[in-house]
Amino acid sequence: MAQSNNSIKKILTVAFALCIVCSIIVSTAAVALRSKQQLNQELDRKTNILKVADLYEPGDDVAEEFQKVTPKVVDLRTGEYTDEFDPSSYSGFEAARDPAQSRTLSGEKDIAGLSRQENYSTVYLVGDPQDPDQLIVPIRGQGLWGLMRGYLAVEGNGNTIVGITYYSHSETPGLGAKVDTTQWKSKWEGKKIYSESDDVEPDIELVKGGATKKTEVDALSGATLTSNGVTDMLEFWLGPEGFGPFLAKFRSGIDQEAVNTASADETEGV
Amino acid sequence: MSEPNAKSVLTTPIFKNNPIALQILGICSALAVTSSMSVSLVMSLAVIFVTAFSNFFVSLIRHHIPSSIRIIVQMTIIASLVIVVDQILKAYAYEMSKQLSVFVGLIITNCIVMGRAEGFAMTNSPGMSLLDGIGNGIGYGFILMTVGFFRELFGSGTVFGLTVFETVSNGGWYLPNGLMLLPPSAFFIIGLIIWVLRAINPEQIEENEFEMKANSQPKEAV
Repeated sequence: MAQSNNSIKKILTVAFALCIVCSIIVSTAAVALRSKQQLNQELDRKTNILKVADLYEPGDDVAEEFQKVTPKVVDLRTGEYTDEFDPSSYSGFEAARDPAQSRTLSGEKDIAGLSRQENYSTVYLVGDPQDPDQLIVPIRGQGLWGLMRGYLAVEGNGNTIVGITYYSHSETPGLGAKVDTTQWKSKWEGKKIYSESDDVEPDIELVKGGATKKTEVDALSGATLTSNGVTDMLEFWLGPEGFGPFLAKFRSGIDQEAVNTASADETEGV
Repeated sequence: MSEPNAKSVLTTPIFKNNPIALQILGICSALAVTSSMSVSLVMSLAVIFVTAFSNFFVSLIRHHIPSSIRIIVQMTIIASLVIVVDQILKAYAYEMSKQLSVFVGLIITNCIVMGRAEGFAMTNSPGMSLLDGIGNGIGYGFILMTVGFFRELFGSGTVFGLTVFETVSNGGWYLPNGLMLLPPSAFFIIGLIIWVLRAINPEQIEENEFEMKANSQPKEAV
Protein backbone atom coordinates (compact mmCIF):
# COMPACT_ATOMS: atom_id res chain seq x y z
CA MET A 1 0.00 0.00 0.00
CA ALA A 2 2.72 2.41 0.99
CA GLN A 3 4.53 1.67 -2.24
CA SER A 4 1.60 2.49 -4.51
CA ASN A 5 0.65 5.53 -2.40
CA ASN A 6 4.09 7.03 -2.87
CA SER A 7 4.31 6.69 -6.62
CA ILE A 8 4.61 10.04 -8.35
CA LYS A 9 1.40 9.46 -10.20
CA LYS A 10 -0.53 8.86 -6.98
CA ILE A 11 1.03 11.86 -5.25
CA LEU A 12 0.07 14.16 -8.10
CA THR A 13 -3.45 12.72 -8.33
CA VAL A 14 -4.11 13.08 -4.59
CA ALA A 15 -2.64 16.59 -4.46
CA PHE A 16 -4.63 17.70 -7.50
CA ALA A 17 -7.92 16.15 -6.40
CA LEU A 18 -7.56 17.58 -2.89
CA CYS A 19 -6.84 21.06 -4.20
CA ILE A 20 -9.88 20.94 -6.49
CA VAL A 21 -12.22 19.72 -3.76
CA CYS A 22 -10.93 22.20 -1.17
CA SER A 23 -11.03 25.14 -3.53
CA ILE A 24 -14.61 24.32 -4.52
CA ILE A 25 -15.65 24.20 -0.85
CA VAL A 26 -13.84 27.43 0.02
CA SER A 27 -15.11 29.37 -2.99
CA THR A 28 -18.66 28.11 -2.50
CA ALA A 29 -18.60 29.34 1.09
CA ALA A 30 -17.11 32.67 0.06
CA VAL A 31 -19.59 33.29 -2.75
CA ALA A 32 -22.65 32.03 -0.88
CA LEU A 33 -21.95 34.20 2.15
CA ARG A 34 -20.67 37.30 0.40
CA SER A 35 -23.94 39.22 0.23
CA LYS A 36 -24.56 38.58 3.92
CA GLN A 37 -21.06 39.75 4.81
CA GLN A 38 -21.36 42.92 2.77
CA LEU A 39 -24.62 43.65 4.52
CA ASN A 40 -22.83 43.30 7.84
CA GLN A 41 -20.00 45.59 6.81
CA GLU A 42 -22.46 48.16 5.56
CA LEU A 43 -24.39 47.94 8.82
CA ASP A 44 -21.21 48.29 10.82
CA ARG A 45 -20.15 51.37 8.87
CA LYS A 46 -23.56 52.98 9.30
CA THR A 47 -23.58 52.16 13.00
CA ASN A 48 -20.24 53.92 13.35
CA ILE A 49 -21.51 56.98 11.53
CA LEU A 50 -24.55 57.12 13.80
CA LYS A 51 -22.39 56.62 16.87
CA VAL A 52 -20.10 59.51 16.04
CA ALA A 53 -23.11 61.75 15.46
CA ASP A 54 -24.46 60.68 18.85
CA LEU A 55 -27.63 59.31 17.23
CA TYR A 56 -27.17 55.67 18.15
CA GLU A 57 -28.31 53.79 21.22
CA PRO A 58 -27.76 50.03 21.46
CA GLY A 59 -30.87 48.31 20.14
CA ASP A 60 -31.80 51.05 17.70
CA ASP A 61 -32.79 50.12 14.19
CA VAL A 62 -29.77 51.29 12.23
CA ALA A 63 -31.53 51.49 8.87
CA GLU A 64 -34.28 53.64 10.31
CA GLU A 65 -31.95 56.01 12.17
CA PHE A 66 -29.76 56.28 9.11
CA GLN A 67 -32.57 57.96 7.21
CA LYS A 68 -31.63 61.14 9.05
CA VAL A 69 -28.26 60.97 7.34
CA THR A 70 -27.62 61.99 3.72
CA PRO A 71 -24.40 60.81 2.11
CA LYS A 72 -22.85 63.19 -0.44
CA VAL A 73 -19.71 62.93 -2.51
CA VAL A 74 -17.49 65.98 -2.23
CA ASP A 75 -14.68 67.13 -4.52
CA LEU A 76 -11.86 67.58 -2.01
CA ARG A 77 -10.06 70.11 -4.22
CA THR A 78 -12.96 72.57 -4.36
CA GLY A 79 -15.18 71.55 -1.48
CA GLU A 80 -18.19 71.35 -3.82
CA TYR A 81 -20.65 68.46 -4.01
CA THR A 82 -20.54 66.32 -7.12
CA ASP A 83 -23.09 64.02 -8.73
CA GLU A 84 -20.45 62.07 -10.59
CA PHE A 85 -20.60 59.14 -8.18
CA ASP A 86 -23.37 57.36 -6.34
CA PRO A 87 -22.82 58.38 -2.68
CA SER A 88 -24.20 55.13 -1.30
CA SER A 89 -21.69 52.95 -3.10
CA TYR A 90 -18.71 55.25 -3.65
CA SER A 91 -15.70 54.51 -1.45
CA GLY A 92 -12.98 57.10 -1.16
CA PHE A 93 -10.73 54.55 0.49
CA GLU A 94 -10.84 52.33 -2.58
CA ALA A 95 -10.60 55.29 -4.96
CA ALA A 96 -7.30 56.24 -3.31
CA ARG A 97 -5.77 53.10 -4.82
CA ASP A 98 -6.91 53.96 -8.34
CA PRO A 99 -4.39 56.31 -10.03
CA ALA A 100 -7.18 57.83 -12.15
CA GLN A 101 -9.17 58.91 -9.13
CA SER A 102 -6.41 59.86 -6.74
CA ARG A 103 -3.11 61.69 -6.46
CA THR A 104 0.25 60.96 -4.92
CA LEU A 105 1.09 62.83 -1.76
CA SER A 106 4.70 63.86 -1.61
CA GLY A 107 6.97 64.34 1.40
CA GLU A 108 5.87 67.19 3.60
CA LYS A 109 2.31 67.27 2.29
CA ASP A 110 1.78 63.71 3.43
CA ILE A 111 1.38 64.51 7.13
CA ALA A 112 -0.92 61.59 7.87
CA GLY A 113 1.32 59.02 6.15
CA LEU A 114 -1.18 58.02 3.48
CA SER A 115 1.02 58.25 0.35
CA ARG A 116 -2.12 58.46 -1.86
CA GLN A 117 -5.27 60.51 -1.49
CA GLU A 118 -8.54 60.25 -3.36
CA ASN A 119 -9.92 63.26 -5.28
CA TYR A 120 -13.47 62.72 -4.10
CA SER A 121 -14.67 61.65 -0.69
CA THR A 122 -17.99 60.86 0.91
CA VAL A 123 -19.36 63.11 3.64
CA TYR A 124 -22.53 62.50 5.65
CA LEU A 125 -24.98 65.28 6.42
CA VAL A 126 -27.26 64.91 9.41
CA GLY A 127 -30.64 66.62 9.21
CA ASP A 128 -31.66 68.90 6.34
CA PRO A 129 -29.05 68.49 3.56
CA GLN A 130 -29.41 72.19 2.69
CA ASP A 131 -28.69 73.31 6.22
CA PRO A 132 -27.25 70.30 8.06
CA ASP A 133 -27.06 69.98 11.83
CA GLN A 134 -23.91 67.93 11.58
CA LEU A 135 -21.24 67.14 9.02
CA ILE A 136 -19.54 63.78 9.31
CA VAL A 137 -16.25 63.34 7.50
CA PRO A 138 -14.10 60.22 7.19
CA ILE A 139 -10.55 60.48 8.53
CA ARG A 140 -7.66 58.09 8.35
CA GLY A 141 -3.93 58.11 8.98
CA GLN A 142 -1.03 56.20 10.41
CA GLY A 143 -1.02 55.48 14.11
CA LEU A 144 1.81 53.65 15.81
CA TRP A 145 1.24 50.21 14.33
CA GLY A 146 -0.90 50.82 11.30
CA LEU A 147 -3.63 52.71 9.56
CA MET A 148 -6.36 54.11 11.80
CA ARG A 149 -9.73 54.74 10.18
CA GLY A 150 -12.57 56.67 11.69
CA TYR A 151 -15.10 59.46 11.43
CA LEU A 152 -15.26 62.97 12.81
CA ALA A 153 -18.61 64.66 13.36
CA VAL A 154 -18.68 68.45 13.21
CA GLU A 155 -21.60 70.76 13.95
CA GLY A 156 -23.29 72.69 11.13
CA ASN A 157 -21.03 75.69 11.81
CA GLY A 158 -18.10 73.71 10.41
CA ASN A 159 -15.99 74.21 13.51
CA THR A 160 -17.42 72.67 16.69
CA ILE A 161 -16.67 68.98 17.11
CA VAL A 162 -19.51 66.65 18.06
CA GLY A 163 -17.51 63.47 18.30
CA ILE A 164 -14.81 61.25 16.91
CA THR A 165 -14.69 57.53 16.45
CA TYR A 166 -12.24 54.95 15.18
CA TYR A 167 -13.73 51.81 13.73
CA SER A 168 -10.53 50.23 12.54
CA HIS A 169 -7.09 50.51 14.10
CA SER A 170 -4.30 48.30 15.40
CA GLU A 171 -3.01 50.34 18.32
CA THR A 172 -1.59 48.80 21.50
CA PRO A 173 -4.36 47.43 23.75
CA GLY A 174 -4.61 49.39 26.98
CA LEU A 175 -2.55 52.31 25.63
CA GLY A 176 -3.13 53.56 22.07
CA ALA A 177 -6.27 51.46 21.70
CA LYS A 178 -7.91 53.87 24.14
CA VAL A 179 -8.78 55.98 21.08
CA ASP A 180 -11.78 53.68 20.97
CA THR A 181 -12.97 54.23 24.56
CA THR A 182 -16.04 56.28 25.44
CA GLN A 183 -14.09 58.04 28.16
CA TRP A 184 -11.53 59.50 25.79
CA LYS A 185 -13.98 60.15 22.98
CA SER A 186 -16.18 62.18 25.33
CA LYS A 187 -13.34 64.71 25.70
CA TRP A 188 -13.89 65.81 22.11
CA GLU A 189 -17.39 67.12 22.47
CA GLY A 190 -17.57 70.90 22.00
CA LYS A 191 -13.93 71.31 20.95
CA LYS A 192 -13.13 73.71 18.10
CA ILE A 193 -11.18 72.84 14.99
CA TYR A 194 -10.07 76.35 14.10
CA SER A 195 -9.43 79.17 16.58
CA GLU A 196 -9.89 81.94 13.98
CA SER A 197 -12.79 81.87 11.52
CA ASP A 198 -10.54 82.58 8.54
CA ASP A 199 -7.88 80.02 9.48
CA VAL A 200 -6.95 77.60 6.74
CA GLU A 201 -4.85 75.31 8.90
CA PRO A 202 -6.71 73.53 11.69
CA ASP A 203 -5.55 74.24 15.23
CA ILE A 204 -7.02 71.21 16.91
CA GLU A 205 -4.34 69.08 18.55
CA LEU A 206 -3.71 66.58 21.30
CA VAL A 207 -1.65 67.97 24.16
CA LYS A 208 0.03 66.40 27.17
CA GLY A 209 -0.62 67.55 30.70
CA GLY A 210 -4.18 68.75 30.35
CA ALA A 211 -5.97 70.64 27.62
CA THR A 212 -6.45 74.34 28.38
CA LYS A 213 -7.83 75.70 25.12
CA LYS A 214 -10.92 74.91 23.11
CA THR A 215 -8.68 73.64 20.33
CA GLU A 216 -6.84 71.21 22.59
CA VAL A 217 -7.74 67.70 23.64
CA ASP A 218 -5.95 65.60 26.28
CA ALA A 219 -3.48 63.24 24.67
CA LEU A 220 -3.58 59.55 25.53
CA SER A 221 -1.14 58.88 28.34
CA GLY A 222 1.48 56.33 27.42
CA ALA A 223 0.58 56.54 23.75
CA THR A 224 2.52 59.49 22.38
CA LEU A 225 2.86 58.09 18.87
CA THR A 226 -0.83 57.23 18.60
CA SER A 227 -1.67 60.73 19.84
CA ASN A 228 0.68 62.26 17.29
CA GLY A 229 -1.00 60.14 14.63
CA VAL A 230 -4.42 61.49 15.61
CA THR A 231 -3.18 65.10 15.59
CA ASP A 232 -1.49 64.59 12.21
CA MET A 233 -4.47 63.02 10.54
CA LEU A 234 -6.76 65.80 11.77
CA GLU A 235 -4.29 68.42 10.58
CA PHE A 236 -4.28 66.74 7.18
CA TRP A 237 -7.97 65.97 6.72
CA LEU A 238 -9.24 69.26 8.12
CA GLY A 239 -6.60 71.31 6.33
CA PRO A 240 -6.49 72.63 2.74
CA GLU A 241 -5.55 69.20 1.36
CA GLY A 242 -8.54 67.52 2.98
CA PHE A 243 -11.96 68.80 3.94
CA GLY A 244 -10.72 72.35 4.63
CA PRO A 245 -12.43 73.90 1.57
CA PHE A 246 -15.61 71.97 2.29
CA LEU A 247 -15.79 73.03 5.94
CA ALA A 248 -14.90 76.63 5.04
CA LYS A 249 -18.25 76.97 3.31
CA PHE A 250 -20.02 76.28 6.59
CA ARG A 251 -17.75 78.39 8.74
CA SER A 252 -18.53 81.78 7.21
CA GLY A 253 -20.96 82.58 10.00
CA ILE A 254 -18.75 81.47 12.90
CA ASP A 255 -19.22 83.07 16.31
CA GLN A 256 -15.77 84.49 16.95
CA GLU A 257 -16.30 85.63 20.52
CA ALA A 258 -17.46 82.27 21.77
CA VAL A 259 -14.14 80.74 20.83
CA ASN A 260 -12.03 83.29 22.66
CA THR A 261 -13.99 83.47 25.88
CA ALA A 262 -14.36 79.75 26.19
CA SER A 263 -10.62 79.23 26.00
CA ALA A 264 -9.77 80.56 29.46
CA ASP A 265 -12.32 79.03 31.78
CA GLU A 266 -12.04 75.45 30.63
CA THR A 267 -9.39 73.34 32.32
CA GLU A 268 -9.89 69.64 32.28
CA GLY A 269 -8.22 67.17 34.59
CA VAL A 270 -5.41 64.98 33.36
CA MET B 1 -2.83 0.72 23.04
CA SER B 2 -6.08 -1.19 23.08
CA GLU B 3 -8.94 -0.51 20.69
CA PRO B 4 -10.23 2.99 21.51
CA ASN B 5 -13.81 3.16 22.73
CA ALA B 6 -16.07 6.05 21.92
CA LYS B 7 -16.55 7.33 25.47
CA SER B 8 -12.90 7.43 26.41
CA VAL B 9 -11.92 9.00 23.10
CA LEU B 10 -14.40 11.77 23.74
CA THR B 11 -13.76 12.41 27.43
CA THR B 12 -10.05 11.71 28.02
CA PRO B 13 -8.87 14.94 26.36
CA ILE B 14 -11.00 17.04 28.70
CA PHE B 15 -9.23 16.36 32.00
CA LYS B 16 -6.89 13.39 31.75
CA ASN B 17 -5.07 14.33 28.56
CA ASN B 18 -5.94 17.95 28.05
CA PRO B 19 -4.29 19.41 24.94
CA ILE B 20 -3.44 22.68 26.67
CA ALA B 21 -2.85 21.57 30.25
CA LEU B 22 -0.96 18.34 29.64
CA GLN B 23 0.37 18.55 26.10
CA ILE B 24 0.92 22.34 26.36
CA LEU B 25 -0.31 22.91 22.81
CA GLY B 26 -2.30 25.82 21.45
CA ILE B 27 -1.14 28.22 24.17
CA CYS B 28 -0.84 31.20 21.81
CA SER B 29 -4.52 31.53 21.03
CA ALA B 30 -5.41 30.70 24.62
CA LEU B 31 -3.52 33.84 25.65
CA ALA B 32 -4.94 36.03 22.94
CA VAL B 33 -8.68 35.48 22.87
CA THR B 34 -9.56 34.85 26.52
CA SER B 35 -10.09 38.38 27.78
CA SER B 36 -13.85 37.90 27.59
CA MET B 37 -16.01 34.79 27.87
CA SER B 38 -18.19 35.30 24.82
CA VAL B 39 -15.12 35.59 22.60
CA SER B 40 -13.62 32.49 24.24
CA LEU B 41 -16.85 30.60 23.58
CA VAL B 42 -16.94 31.46 19.89
CA MET B 43 -13.26 30.61 19.54
CA SER B 44 -13.84 27.27 21.31
CA LEU B 45 -16.74 26.40 19.01
CA ALA B 46 -14.65 27.30 15.98
CA VAL B 47 -11.79 25.07 17.16
CA ILE B 48 -14.16 22.20 18.01
CA PHE B 49 -15.61 22.42 14.51
CA VAL B 50 -12.20 22.53 12.83
CA THR B 51 -10.58 19.72 14.87
CA ALA B 52 -13.65 17.50 14.48
CA PHE B 53 -13.95 17.82 10.73
CA SER B 54 -10.26 17.99 9.90
CA ASN B 55 -9.88 14.73 11.84
CA PHE B 56 -12.89 13.27 10.05
CA PHE B 57 -11.75 14.14 6.53
CA VAL B 58 -8.11 13.24 7.12
CA SER B 59 -9.23 9.88 8.48
CA LEU B 60 -11.61 9.37 5.56
CA ILE B 61 -8.83 9.61 2.99
CA ARG B 62 -6.03 8.29 5.20
CA HIS B 63 -5.44 5.19 3.03
CA HIS B 64 -4.87 7.38 0.01
CA ILE B 65 -2.62 10.04 1.49
CA PRO B 66 0.94 9.57 0.24
CA SER B 67 3.21 9.72 3.29
CA SER B 68 5.60 12.12 1.59
CA ILE B 69 2.99 14.88 1.31
CA ARG B 70 0.76 13.98 4.25
CA ILE B 71 1.50 17.15 6.24
CA ILE B 72 0.60 19.32 3.26
CA VAL B 73 -2.59 17.34 2.68
CA GLN B 74 -3.58 17.79 6.33
CA MET B 75 -2.75 21.50 6.21
CA THR B 76 -4.86 21.98 3.09
CA ILE B 77 -7.86 20.35 4.70
CA ILE B 78 -7.41 22.31 7.93
CA ALA B 79 -6.89 25.60 6.11
CA SER B 80 -10.02 25.09 3.99
CA LEU B 81 -12.11 24.39 7.07
CA VAL B 82 -10.73 27.43 8.86
CA ILE B 83 -11.55 29.68 5.91
CA VAL B 84 -15.10 28.30 5.88
CA VAL B 85 -15.42 29.02 9.62
CA ASP B 86 -14.04 32.51 9.12
CA GLN B 87 -16.52 33.21 6.32
CA ILE B 88 -19.44 31.93 8.40
CA LEU B 89 -18.42 34.09 11.36
CA LYS B 90 -18.14 37.15 9.14
CA ALA B 91 -21.62 36.49 7.81
CA TYR B 92 -23.47 35.55 10.99
CA ALA B 93 -21.42 36.93 13.89
CA TYR B 94 -19.78 40.02 12.48
CA GLU B 95 -19.07 41.76 15.79
CA MET B 96 -17.47 38.60 17.12
CA SER B 97 -15.35 38.07 14.04
CA LYS B 98 -14.07 41.62 14.40
CA GLN B 99 -12.96 40.88 17.95
CA LEU B 100 -11.37 37.56 17.06
CA SER B 101 -9.79 39.20 14.00
CA VAL B 102 -6.70 37.32 12.97
CA PHE B 103 -7.05 34.54 15.53
CA VAL B 104 -9.67 32.65 13.56
CA GLY B 105 -7.21 32.45 10.70
CA LEU B 106 -4.52 31.36 13.11
CA ILE B 107 -6.48 28.21 14.01
CA ILE B 108 -4.67 26.84 10.95
CA THR B 109 -1.44 26.94 12.89
CA ASN B 110 -2.97 25.68 16.12
CA CYS B 111 -0.86 22.67 17.05
CA ILE B 112 -3.85 20.84 18.52
CA VAL B 113 -5.59 20.53 15.15
CA MET B 114 -2.46 19.41 13.35
CA GLY B 115 -1.40 17.18 16.21
CA ARG B 116 -4.70 15.29 16.28
CA ALA B 117 -4.81 14.92 12.50
CA GLU B 118 -1.29 13.49 12.42
CA GLY B 119 -1.40 11.61 15.70
CA PHE B 120 -4.88 10.14 15.73
CA ALA B 121 -6.82 10.54 12.48
CA MET B 122 -4.07 9.02 10.31
CA THR B 123 -4.44 5.67 12.10
CA ASN B 124 -8.08 5.53 13.21
CA SER B 125 -11.51 5.22 11.63
CA PRO B 126 -13.43 8.36 10.59
CA GLY B 127 -16.06 7.95 13.33
CA MET B 128 -13.51 7.68 16.11
CA SER B 129 -11.47 10.52 14.63
CA LEU B 130 -14.52 12.76 14.59
CA LEU B 131 -15.12 12.01 18.28
CA ASP B 132 -11.46 12.52 19.09
CA GLY B 133 -11.57 15.89 17.35
CA ILE B 134 -14.67 16.92 19.28
CA GLY B 135 -13.11 15.71 22.54
CA ASN B 136 -9.91 17.63 22.01
CA GLY B 137 -11.83 20.70 20.91
CA ILE B 138 -13.84 20.52 24.12
CA GLY B 139 -10.65 20.05 26.12
CA TYR B 140 -9.27 23.21 24.51
CA GLY B 141 -12.58 25.00 25.01
CA PHE B 142 -12.71 23.99 28.67
CA ILE B 143 -9.38 25.69 29.38
CA LEU B 144 -10.36 28.70 27.29
CA MET B 145 -13.64 29.15 29.11
CA THR B 146 -12.00 28.76 32.53
CA VAL B 147 -9.28 31.27 31.70
CA GLY B 148 -11.86 33.57 30.11
CA PHE B 149 -14.04 33.36 33.20
CA PHE B 150 -11.29 34.51 35.56
CA ARG B 151 -9.91 37.12 33.20
CA GLU B 152 -13.28 38.70 32.50
CA LEU B 153 -14.42 38.51 36.12
CA PHE B 154 -11.30 40.10 37.60
CA GLY B 155 -10.41 42.25 34.60
CA SER B 156 -13.80 43.81 33.89
CA GLY B 157 -16.01 42.63 36.74
CA THR B 158 -18.38 40.88 34.34
CA VAL B 159 -19.26 37.35 33.18
CA PHE B 160 -20.55 37.03 29.60
CA GLY B 161 -20.91 40.82 29.65
CA LEU B 162 -23.23 40.74 32.67
CA THR B 163 -22.02 42.76 35.62
CA VAL B 164 -21.01 40.73 38.66
CA PHE B 165 -18.68 43.19 40.41
CA GLU B 166 -19.74 46.81 39.95
CA THR B 167 -16.57 48.61 38.88
CA VAL B 168 -15.37 51.89 40.40
CA SER B 169 -15.73 53.73 37.09
CA ASN B 170 -19.44 52.79 37.07
CA GLY B 171 -19.90 53.90 40.64
CA GLY B 172 -19.35 50.52 42.28
CA TRP B 173 -16.66 49.20 44.59
CA TYR B 174 -14.55 46.93 42.40
CA LEU B 175 -11.26 48.23 41.03
CA PRO B 176 -10.56 46.10 37.93
CA ASN B 177 -7.21 44.37 37.66
CA GLY B 178 -5.70 45.71 34.44
CA LEU B 179 -3.22 42.85 34.19
CA MET B 180 -6.11 40.45 33.71
CA LEU B 181 -6.99 42.12 30.43
CA LEU B 182 -3.48 41.62 29.08
CA PRO B 183 -2.35 38.30 27.60
CA PRO B 184 0.33 37.49 30.25
CA SER B 185 -2.37 36.97 32.90
CA ALA B 186 -3.55 33.91 30.95
CA PHE B 187 -0.11 32.40 31.53
CA PHE B 188 -0.63 32.57 35.28
CA ILE B 189 -4.14 31.16 35.08
CA ILE B 190 -3.14 28.31 32.76
CA GLY B 191 -0.25 27.57 35.13
CA LEU B 192 -2.64 27.38 38.05
CA ILE B 193 -5.04 25.13 36.10
CA ILE B 194 -2.17 22.79 35.28
CA TRP B 195 -1.25 22.72 38.97
CA VAL B 196 -4.81 21.88 39.99
CA LEU B 197 -5.19 19.18 37.33
CA ARG B 198 -1.90 17.56 38.31
CA ALA B 199 -2.77 17.70 41.98
CA ILE B 200 -5.95 15.75 41.18
CA ASN B 201 -4.24 13.34 38.77
CA PRO B 202 -0.72 12.80 40.16
CA GLU B 203 0.14 10.50 37.23
CA GLN B 204 0.28 13.61 35.04
CA ILE B 205 3.32 14.87 36.94
CA GLU B 206 6.37 14.46 34.76
CA GLU B 207 9.56 12.97 36.10
CA ASN B 208 12.55 15.24 36.36
CA GLU B 209 14.82 14.92 33.38
CA PHE B 210 17.81 15.32 35.66
CA GLU B 211 18.37 15.84 39.35
CA MET B 212 20.25 18.83 40.60
CA LYS B 213 22.10 18.25 43.85
CA ALA B 214 21.65 20.70 46.66
CA ASN B 215 24.45 23.19 47.28
CA SER B 216 26.29 22.46 44.06
CA GLN B 217 29.23 24.78 43.48
CA PRO B 218 29.62 26.69 40.20
CA LYS B 219 32.80 24.72 39.49
CA GLU B 220 31.02 21.39 39.95
CA ALA B 221 28.10 22.51 37.83
CA VAL B 222 30.48 22.98 34.90
